[in-house]
Amino acid sequence: MPTPRLVPAAFAVAILLCATRAEAQSPYGIGRAATPAEIAGWNIDVGGDGSNLPPGSGTVSHGSEVFDQQCAACHGAKGEGGVGDRLVGGQGTLGTPKPVRTIGSYWPYAPTLFDYIRRAMPQNAPQSLSNDDVYALSAYILSLNGLLQANATLDAKSLAVIKMPNRNMFVGDPRPDVKNPECMTGC
Amino acid sequence: MTRPTDIDKNVTSTSRRRFLIEGGALVGGAAVATGFVGSKASAAENAGNLPPNVPQWMKTPGDPLGSQPYGTPSTFEKNVVKNIPKDLKQYLSASGRTPLQDLDGIITPNGLFYERHHGGVPTIDPAQHRLMLHGLVDRPLIFTMDDIRRFPSESHIYFLECSGNPEYKKPYGKTASDLVGLVSCAEWTGVSLKLVLQEAGLQPGAKWVVAEGADSAAMTRSIPIEKCLDDAMLAYSQNGERLRPQQGYPLRLLVPGFEGNMNVKWLRRLHVAAEPAYSREETSKYTDPMPDGTAREFTFYMEAKSIITRPSGGQRLTAPGFHEISGIAWSGRGKVRRVDVSVDDGKSWQVAQLQEPVLTRALTRFRLPWHWDGKPAVIQSRAVDETGYVQPTLAELLAVRGDNYVYHNNAIWPWRIAEDGEVTNANA
Repeated sequence: MPTPRLVPAAFAVAILLCATRAEAQSPYGIGRAATPAEIAGWNIDVGGDGSNLPPGSGTVSHGSEVFDQQCAACHGAKGEGGVGDRLVGGQGTLGTPKPVRTIGSYWPYAPTLFDYIRRAMPQNAPQSLSNDDVYALSAYILSLNGLLQANATLDAKSLAVIKMPNRNMFVGDPRPDVKNPECMTGC
Repeated sequence: MTRPTDIDKNVTSTSRRRFLIEGGALVGGAAVATGFVGSKASAAENAGNLPPNVPQWMKTPGDPLGSQPYGTPSTFEKNVVKNIPKDLKQYLSASGRTPLQDLDGIITPNGLFYERHHGGVPTIDPAQHRLMLHGLVDRPLIFTMDDIRRFPSESHIYFLECSGNPEYKKPYGKTASDLVGLVSCAEWTGVSLKLVLQEAGLQPGAKWVVAEGADSAAMTRSIPIEKCLDDAMLAYSQNGERLRPQQGYPLRLLVPGFEGNMNVKWLRRLHVAAEPAYSREETSKYTDPMPDGTAREFTFYMEAKSIITRPSGGQRLTAPGFHEISGIAWSGRGKVRRVDVSVDDGKSWQVAQLQEPVLTRALTRFRLPWHWDGKPAVIQSRAVDETGYVQPTLAELLAVRGDNYVYHNNAIWPWRIAEDGEVTNANA
């Protein structure tokens, strides 16, 4: 925004007249207050640290059943990939000429698994699974990657403390990182 | 339109001969065979429309007013369409490219703007669409589309480019569209995001704004607060009309110069936070793997880039002589300062002419007059932006990043011109 915006005088008067209303503190008084219930219904963001994970839990074995019904058609019976991404394996390959990037080998945060499954999967019916089913699927996929015991139950607390193998391999943006010498003649 | 033969089969020998004769008479034998030539093929059979005869379309009234309530291109331009891959495993999380080699100027027609979706294109009733703004704000707010349009508006011309445009590994594309067709440019109208955030009142500690789309992927990216308070905007119109569904109707985020998917379409929620969301799209995707196993994250800027669109892969120079070399350049870090063009396989470079206006974070059209001597040649362009950054070669990029790097490939792309005038990708 290049220059400060001026609120028209008449509008400023209107703000003063309504000064007891919360929204009148806004420069333009546009929009209405969002209620806590409305925000709770829409805010499905789960932080990398597990913040905002909902109540509920799920077991690896239940996750296996849900996976067979909801996920295997695209991701393969054991998460080996198909129409959808490969989900399993690849640990130890990222520094090689043929890296295999999966949830187990590449994803830095386990809670992101819950976040993504809940918001976007299954692709034909996103946001249709219960929180318990999403915990169960997260547990099963982590188990397939050797990151959770086969008899485990996952909830907000236990998901947040899982340390993903690739967690510390992300670095900041060093660009510009490539220099062209800008030769004009005799190159 | 990806192979020279595809163009040639539209050009009858009669029309080719005619074109060469006319071209010789008009501009000294120079011509680039593009769709424009091929599209004339059918009419070319009928010499009755050529001088000294009066063409048939002058001897009868044309279509009446109103025959096209929303205008569409000439039927002779039917081949100028988005470049949609034919062999994808699925088409819900996928991309289609702008036919850069068929366009002039810097503005991309709305119907040809590139597309990248992560869960298909939703059909959204604007009357039922809401934008929620919450998190570290004094007043969490909900806006209707009418609310959004009540804010003071502004318009800017900005390019948008997909992060991976193209990948680093072979096979490389044949045409300019195949290579870098995931870039487009439009005039966007909307409201400064800063104004909308001020309406809610930012609280101390607000460092990121997590933007979420109302598509079936609920696409989510975290934007640093500095960008949100700088030139970011919420756009509802593109090139004068409301956004197309493929571009986020009825509302999208614009973060000029940042990688395409951060410009969240179908925007429904802005969550002001102290930390980024570390969403799937900004951790497992849209991060840049290095040869040593590390990966760069939050690599937002699209660096300076250019490409010659005419002549370019899939086209053909039909005769030696005068040809204008023309292309587009852009930089996510600001204005294009200069574009250099080489016509001798990179041995020497000439400064191209830039078409005014040269705008910040917009496509810039460059041109260089050229006389082709009819011998094999390699032509290429190199953009320099206002920070002094110089567009690198593919070899220079690969030497630093390796070929597992997926995104942010801004390499110089040379075109090879054969003795018969056929133009192909010199890196392929």
